Amino acid sequence: MQSKISVQNLSLTYSDGVESLHEINVEVIANAVNVFFGPAGGGKSSLLRAFNRLNDLADVRHLSGEIWFNGKNILEPDTDVIELRRKIGMVFSRPVPLPLTLWENVAYGLLLMGEKRKNRLDEAVEKALRLAALWDEVKDRLNDPASAISGGQQQRLCLARVLALEPEVILLDEPTSALDPVSTAKIEYSLLELKEQYTIVLVPHNVQQAARVADYAAFFLQGRLVEYGIGKQLFVSPKVKETEDYVTGRFG
Amino acid sequence: MKAQRAALNERIINSLIKLAGYSSIVFVGLILIFLVREGLPALNDVSLKDLFGSRWYPIEGYFGILPLISGSLLVTVGAILIAIPLGIGTAVFLSEFSPSWLRNLLKPIIEVLAGLPSVVLGFLGIQIVAPFFRRFLDLPTGLTAFTGAVLLALISLPTIVSIAEDALNTVPPAYRQGALALGATNWQTAWGVTVPAARSGLLTALMLGIGRSIGETMAVMMVTGNAPVLPSGLNALFLPARTMTATIASEMGEVATGSPHYHVLFFIGIILFLISLVVNLTASSLSLRSRKRAERLLS
Amino acid sequence: MNLPEYSRKMRQVEVLGINLLRLITLLTAVPVIGIIVFILIRGLPAISWEFLTQMPRDGMRAGGILPAIIGTVYLTLGTAIFSVPLGVAAGIYLAEYASDNATTRLIRIAIINLAGIPSVVYGLFGLGLFVLFLRLGTSILAASLTLSIMTLPVIISTTEEALRSVPNAFRVVSTSLGGTRWQTTWRITLPQAMPGVITGIILGLERAAGETAPILFTGAAFFLPRLPASPMDATMALPYHIFVISTSVPGMPLQIQYGTVLVLLVFVLGMNLLATLIRNRARARRQW
Ligand SMILES: Nc1ncnc2c1ncn2[C@@H]1O[C@H](COP(=O)(O)OP(=O)(O)O)[C@@H](O)[C@H]1O
Ligand SMILES: [Mg+2]
Repeated sequence: MQSKISVQNLSLTYSDGVESLHEINVEVIANAVNVFFGPAGGGKSSLLRAFNRLNDLADVRHLSGEIWFNGKNILEPDTDVIELRRKIGMVFSRPVPLPLTLWENVAYGLLLMGEKRKNRLDEAVEKALRLAALWDEVKDRLNDPASAISGGQQQRLCLARVLALEPEVILLDEPTSALDPVSTAKIEYSLLELKEQYTIVLVPHNVQQAARVADYAAFFLQGRLVEYGIGKQLFVSPKVKETEDYVTGRFG
Repeated sequence: MKAQRAALNERIINSLIKLAGYSSIVFVGLILIFLVREGLPALNDVSLKDLFGSRWYPIEGYFGILPLISGSLLVTVGAILIAIPLGIGTAVFLSEFSPSWLRNLLKPIIEVLAGLPSVVLGFLGIQIVAPFFRRFLDLPTGLTAFTGAVLLALISLPTIVSIAEDALNTVPPAYRQGALALGATNWQTAWGVTVPAARSGLLTALMLGIGRSIGETMAVMMVTGNAPVLPSGLNALFLPARTMTATIASEMGEVATGSPHYHVLFFIGIILFLISLVVNLTASSLSLRSRKRAERLLS
Repeated sequence: MNLPEYSRKMRQVEVLGINLLRLITLLTAVPVIGIIVFILIRGLPAISWEFLTQMPRDGMRAGGILPAIIGTVYLTLGTAIFSVPLGVAAGIYLAEYASDNATTRLIRIAIINLAGIPSVVYGLFGLGLFVLFLRLGTSILAASLTLSIMTLPVIISTTEEALRSVPNAFRVVSTSLGGTRWQTTWRITLPQAMPGVITGIILGLERAAGETAPILFTGAAFFLPRLPASPMDATMALPYHIFVISTSVPGMPLQIQYGTVLVLLVFVLGMNLLATLIRNRARARRQW
């Protein structure tokens, strides 16, 4: 059990002045599914966006603490954020295919890196689509607009788009909240396979999903980390009252 | 190596874009600088008292710009008096009463009006509007301030209609529904609720309409008869007049660079610049304030 | 007076009012159609191949208007060369780069002011800066530069608006995949906003093509016996030519006047129509 990302005393306030993350300390374990769960507004998305510095786009007023990744505090201003985002990929809750073809969507990250060799790109696209369990469904229509496939397929396309960059960490923020049960099952299955190679951080869209896939779990409530531990233990015998109330469905 | 070059390219492009972004400030500054540079010397050539005198007769050294200022005011006020009822009425009809097919038909037509070059309207003014008024009002000439005002009204209408209609459309539907639910008719709702709620947008429309009118050049120059005389009464509307813009346009071509006349024409340019500055700042602050208010209501 | 009677009266007033509004709207719209139809009818007889392709003769009272047509084309293209890259880049800056601070507000105020400055004042400015100070003389170049600055606010505003209408999710996704701001703009937002940007460009150039006052002292020529040979030459232009032949040439045949107006109208309204077509087509095709 090795830590991939280490969060230390992280606090974050947006321009509305409310502290959205308060003194967070948590470890993201390598080659495991790390689940961050809790009711909406708890700060889970904010934390994920801190990992790949996507919060740079948001209106952040105050940010303190450290996030250690590969021996560096990525909150330092001299961090190469482009490089960081290639290593820490992200899948969002709503599938957002870029207004390009399927092929261009998957190759997008590599194209941005300046990769121009068509055969390299083709290889990477196929590999990523296979990993995301989408290859067989789309291999004959790679030049169609990405908006033409179903919602479930689009979300797997978004996963493939991240995988094509061969990242170290994959952040998934409620990736199945807009999907039907079958597509949800496919994505969850992919995650279990992917954790062999990648470190996964998942914000599940309900407690059941959290319990199904979590190796490690962290419960967030109103910007605070309430409880953190091994997935099975946390769901079977939570130590803190709020966690218990939440996993047993008494609130949230 | 490749990454470094890409980063450098990116930095260059970003700087260029930023530069382009700032260019508007530079241009406004340049315009002001060059107007002042060529216009301020007018104060050396002509005393302030003479400059704001009532006689414009450059050949004999009379540079009183009061007739020109009052000419501009006369024509603009006339234009606005015509354009307000037409513009606001059209906007209210389009946004509150018109079936959508009619709106879809009329809006492009009004856009076309906005696209008509003012020289074309001036031409039609000479050919049609002026002769019509001469006969209809039994005037010695049809080239009068009034003819100019009519054309200017036409020119500022599209601005007024489109901004006023936008303002009416951004009134939250809840306002209308609330009034209608209380049993108000469409008519009562439009005038009692929607129009008052959109009033700052309507004022913006009005301000920009005024700005358009004061700044318009070719059409007024062609139809107002070009007589720089101080208006002496209400009937001045039906006599020839001369605006500031028309004076610059018709005389700048013939003056010697650096002469008093040249400097005074630029000085008039400074006045026009300042007027448009005030009008546009007022208009934009009006619409800015209204946006803030709406936000507070919604949150 | 009992209540039903009162409300019946009210009804009548309202019906009257709405009809009045209808009438007002007609008063606004009908002249436009009237103007166009009228100019078509009066101008069409003048249009011929010779009229469009020959030099003026007999003190412009006969022959064609080729130099004015060519001049307007040159001026429009010249304006595009300067104002399109600058305006689009500035629109990109405002939509994609600028944060909401005092400088950005100053830029916005500057743009609002540029949009409101009277066209004849642009003429003065062009005379002062380009013609005299930079010694470009009365030339196509000086006139194009003057028209460019006048056109900028239209292009900047429409570009910014078109970019802002592109969903933010695309920007977030592109950034999360390692895209820089420029890469995201160049590959995603700008192509998506392109129809709107082009519409704005055309509308801006349409205005430049029809303007007279800014070119009066910067590049327009009363009459030239030959076509302009370089950007440093002065040029005839349709709008100025209309002004000249309708006010300063005695005995000018009406037919030529209407014909020239018609040509300018076709030029300008053609651009307007093109802009509308592009906008509608893009709206119908859009995937988001
Ligand atoms: N971009 C943003 N700007 C301002 N406030 C935000 C932003 N994103 C989230 N917040 C606020 O931060 C708090 C935490 O939100 P979020 O991180 O989305 O929580 P979760 O993902 O657990 O639902 C919420 O109160 C939310 O309103
Ligand atoms: Mg969230």
